[in-house]
Amino acid sequence: MATSSERSPPPFPESEDQDVLDSEEVGGRDSDEDDGEDLFTSASEPPHTSMDPLLSPDIQSGQVSTKPPADENDPLIEPLTGQTGSKPVSELVSEPSDDFVDLTNNITDSPEDLTEAKSAVAAEAGDSTEFRVDEPTDEFEDIFGSETEELGGEVVIADVTVEAAADKSEVTSGSTDDSGEEKSGSDAEQEAKETPTATVIDLSADLSAAETKLPPGSEKIFDPLGDLFSDAPPAAGAKKTSTTTVDLSDDEGSDLFTQPLQTKPAKQPQRSLFEEPDEDLFGEPLGAASKKTVGKEQKDKSETTKAARAGSNVGGPLHENKPVEPTDIFTEEAVATAPSTRNTAKPKTNGVLSEEEPDIFAEATVELSLDSPRNERKTDVTAKPSAAPGPSVAPGPSASVSAPVSASAAKSLSKPQSAALEELEEESEEQVDKFDIQVSVKDPEKIGDGMTAYMAYKVTTETSLLMFRNQTFSVKRRFSDFLGLYEKLSEKHAPNGFIVPPPPEKSILGMTKVKVGKEDSSSADFVERRRGALERYLQRVVTHPSLLQDPDVREFLEREDLPRAVSTQALSGAGFLKMITKATDAVSKMTIKMNESDVWFEEKLQEVEAADQHFRKLHALVESLVVHRKELSLHTASFAKSTAMLGSAEDNTALSRALSQLAEVEDKIEQLHQDQAANDTFRFAELIADYIRLLGAVRGSFDHRMKSWQRWQDAQAALQKKREVEAKLLWANKPDKLQLAKEEIVEWEGKVTQYERDFERVSATVRKEVIRFEKEKTKNFKQQIIQYLECLLKSQQQLIKYWEAFLPEAKAIA
Amino acid sequence: MMEEDKEVKPSLSVHGHNIKVTEVLRDGDTLTFLIVSQKLSGTGEYHVHRTHSDFEWLQQHLFSQEDVPGIQGVIFPPLPAKVQMNASAKVMKQLGFLGLGEWQLYCKALETFLQQVASHTILSPNRAVEIFLTSTDPPGRQRVKKNIFNRLSQAVEEMRKEGHKDVDEFFQTERDHNLALSGYTRTAAERFLDVVLTEQKIAVACGHFSAALHLCVEHGEDPEKQAFSKTCVKLSEVFDCMKKNMTNVAEKDANSLGLGLDLRSRCLDAEKEMLFRRTCKLVELENATRNAEKAKPLKKAAMEEVKKAAETEFNHISGVAKDEIVRFQRERVKMLQQALVQWCEKQLHTAKETAEQFDQHLQAFRGMA
Repeated sequence: MATSSERSPPPFPESEDQDVLDSEEVGGRDSDEDDGEDLFTSASEPPHTSMDPLLSPDIQSGQVSTKPPADENDPLIEPLTGQTGSKPVSELVSEPSDDFVDLTNNITDSPEDLTEAKSAVAAEAGDSTEFRVDEPTDEFEDIFGSETEELGGEVVIADVTVEAAADKSEVTSGSTDDSGEEKSGSDAEQEAKETPTATVIDLSADLSAAETKLPPGSEKIFDPLGDLFSDAPPAAGAKKTSTTTVDLSDDEGSDLFTQPLQTKPAKQPQRSLFEEPDEDLFGEPLGAASKKTVGKEQKDKSETTKAARAGSNVGGPLHENKPVEPTDIFTEEAVATAPSTRNTAKPKTNGVLSEEEPDIFAEATVELSLDSPRNERKTDVTAKPSAAPGPSVAPGPSASVSAPVSASAAKSLSKPQSAALEELEEESEEQVDKFDIQVSVKDPEKIGDGMTAYMAYKVTTETSLLMFRNQTFSVKRRFSDFLGLYEKLSEKHAPNGFIVPPPPEKSILGMTKVKVGKEDSSSADFVERRRGALERYLQRVVTHPSLLQDPDVREFLEREDLPRAVSTQALSGAGFLKMITKATDAVSKMTIKMNESDVWFEEKLQEVEAADQHFRKLHALVESLVVHRKELSLHTASFAKSTAMLGSAEDNTALSRALSQLAEVEDKIEQLHQDQAANDTFRFAELIADYIRLLGAVRGSFDHRMKSWQRWQDAQAALQKKREVEAKLLWANKPDKLQLAKEEIVEWEGKVTQYERDFERVSATVRKEVIRFEKEKTKNFKQQIIQYLECLLKSQQQLIKYWEAFLPEAKAIA
Repeated sequence: MMEEDKEVKPSLSVHGHNIKVTEVLRDGDTLTFLIVSQKLSGTGEYHVHRTHSDFEWLQQHLFSQEDVPGIQGVIFPPLPAKVQMNASAKVMKQLGFLGLGEWQLYCKALETFLQQVASHTILSPNRAVEIFLTSTDPPGRQRVKKNIFNRLSQAVEEMRKEGHKDVDEFFQTERDHNLALSGYTRTAAERFLDVVLTEQKIAVACGHFSAALHLCVEHGEDPEKQAFSKTCVKLSEVFDCMKKNMTNVAEKDANSLGLGLDLRSRCLDAEKEMLFRRTCKLVELENATRNAEKAKPLKKAAMEEVKKAAETEFNHISGVAKDEIVRFQRERVKMLQQALVQWCEKQLHTAKETAEQFDQHLQAFRGMA
């Protein structure tokens, strides 16, 4: 949802809620179907002509009326293949569910991809089209036909793009104006675009549905699916091309998303997704596509990796489902000439497919029958939404991932990776133990002598995640490496509103003691505390779905020799704390200026600050408790000693023996007290210290949100100024300068939108992160408390044993 | 002694073992203790109010029973040091265990003192004891400021006699033993006091932690918040339970072994004083013997007289002291054994109780998760 909100900040700020998004998505799909139907209906006739042989007859009548979207997709795909010479179609086919995304992606890359795709698709299209014809609904065919026809009439690529744009605009409805403006070039084109986009969307949806359904169904289904896929890719390609063309024309390059979709339309669809089910589907795919493209452009590593993962995951399920037609996936890949586009598209598509697949398996398998593609599709669609949120189906994770990815992609044009990660996180949260990864920090070891000495730790990772090369591996890391990792992560993710778990502070005092080589208990205690803190820090990083995806994290865990972190010196000790306080100060200062639009954030910030205070107090209390416990253990030890002395001086043998027994008991009890002190320390004191640090990070994320807001406000102010200048120039009648001013205004308008979107995105991320943080907090505390109680219980039982052993001794004194 | 016993047959009108110090009243700077004792005659109890000065009066009277031969050989039951309200921390520290709590332990110590006096065969016949326990009016407040038992003077004047070689092997051994034992016992009592004090501190810290946890409770509809708040409240209960148990442990520690060690330590001191008094007498006797030998014939008779008197007194003292020491050793072991058994049982009980409570809390937490 964050993504959607980000994208659509101006028009639909409300759409931020993730939950809403999920529901909306479902609804959106339905709506998409409807839109698709309309589009299809409008377009349907022409496609029929193209598609006619196979699909048209059966599908047309039924499909249109019942469930145009599903049908439409299929038909669309088919027509596309047929029409465009199957270039775009093939691409579309490959990424049915994600078609939109792909399309957008493709669009960006489109020209090249399309051509390639077309060629590739064309080959496949022939086969696929036939199959598809049977499976896909008539409507799809019609739509495709119409689209294809249109395309055929005009330049294929151009038409497609136009159509796609038009569709988008239509879908968004409100956005049409923007799109119109952007595409001001030709109204006719816009209209055309509208229909195509809608169709495309439908197609994609349908395709995905069809695909998903198909796998469970039967080999036949597979074939059709394959066909669909093949068809779809072309369609996608076509769409892509269209979008790309649009983008090219409208956008200046960097703003691919906004431009291709026509900023407004794109935003609207996303929002609509969240808000309105019907529009949502279309909007989402579009947005996703745009996002993906953006991401590609930005060349986010994480995205690619994610995509790869998603792809692999998806690929697994897909293959299983549709063994007959591995071609689908392959086709997609093959079709997409541009690797970057492919990657992005793949993950998304994969995700979509996977989502659909689960649904299909569950519900649609039986329904797959060719006759009622609409029904199936509908069910699929409905099922999909439900399935997507729930990881229940095996492919679920990937599917869910894909869905969030698309959303995230839409949100964060600039930072698609993070958005995708977020989505991943969300999904992962539901599957609690999805992250099967355990990181342990062990064997602290002093390396070197004197003041250049440092502690090295063995970081061992155990995981079943495929992203890692091995299941278990370990590396040597020194403390500054941990800090370096944090530096990198916070630099990358903190500005997006992520809560990056902070590592323990540098402690000059503690480390100096260790360096000097005093083997006393306090330095051992220090090392152990730090080791534990580092372990918990890493574990937090690794269980954070977004951060786990970060290449730096993987490098940290896997790479044998890490380049030495240099800049951590500045972070040492008090400096780190100071930084946090500074950040919080800045926040409080800015709060005064910021007139908070969202009550939630206001309340949360207060809560966080209150919690910070409480935790600090708790920490002080636990620390004093620990001090007392240690004292008790010391005193018990000396009491044991004096008891032993007393026993040795006692002339009554029974009493003397009892006393020395008592001394032994007291010695054991001393150990118990010591353990209890450690228990207090590590279960509570350290936990609370962690959370104090984490709360600092939470405040930091609020701070980043504030900064983002500030930037937006500044941009608005600047825009206002430019407008005033323009008015003045108008008054002064200086046309040459006026032109410049107008350009500037346009530029600043773009910036304002951009910043506002950024702000919305960051806000959504922060919100999500805070919720996650709180969830984790509760879980963490509960867990620790249980362990703590277990410890307490054990020590009490031990105590009972000791006393029971001693009682007869005491009684034996006579 | 035997004659004395017979003479004072109707020695006390109360049961020596049932004397209780049940209440302590604060009256300005002084503490007034309510002493309850059961009448021997059957039903009925004596209720008397006594201040610490009254106790001191009683002790002085016991000390100064010049008519009892060998009185100096008696190990006088130790009277707890006088306490003052608003006493400085240092004074309270010297009180040791007796300074803990709301004077209950102090009352206990006084009670033990009275019981020991009342059941002491040599001391109980004294009129002062009867008056102290039964007379409604406070006993005469006249002070016997100066006497030979003044500790300060003893410390200053007679310290050098401490190391005087004894003529009797039994006493020599007992003296050495007493010296070692009293030192160790005092140390042990101090250490144990530290333990108890720390336990109390832990209890307080647990209480604070428990209270602070309540601050973390957030109100709101958010289920996540509620879950966390619930966790906090639960944990607060756990710590409250820990606090109670720790308080319990500390209290029982002080009540059983703490008091036992304290009493033992003071009794050993009393024994030491007695032994010291005997040593003084011994020195006096030796001096007298030497003087008698060296004395010129003129004074010889007088010297012999003095020597004889000293010898008689010394023998009396030694006789009484021997009995007392044997009795004391028996009692001392019994005292400590009682304390240990009591302590151990209480520890066991508390530990079991605590374990049960922890177990319940643990189950509750598991149920929550």
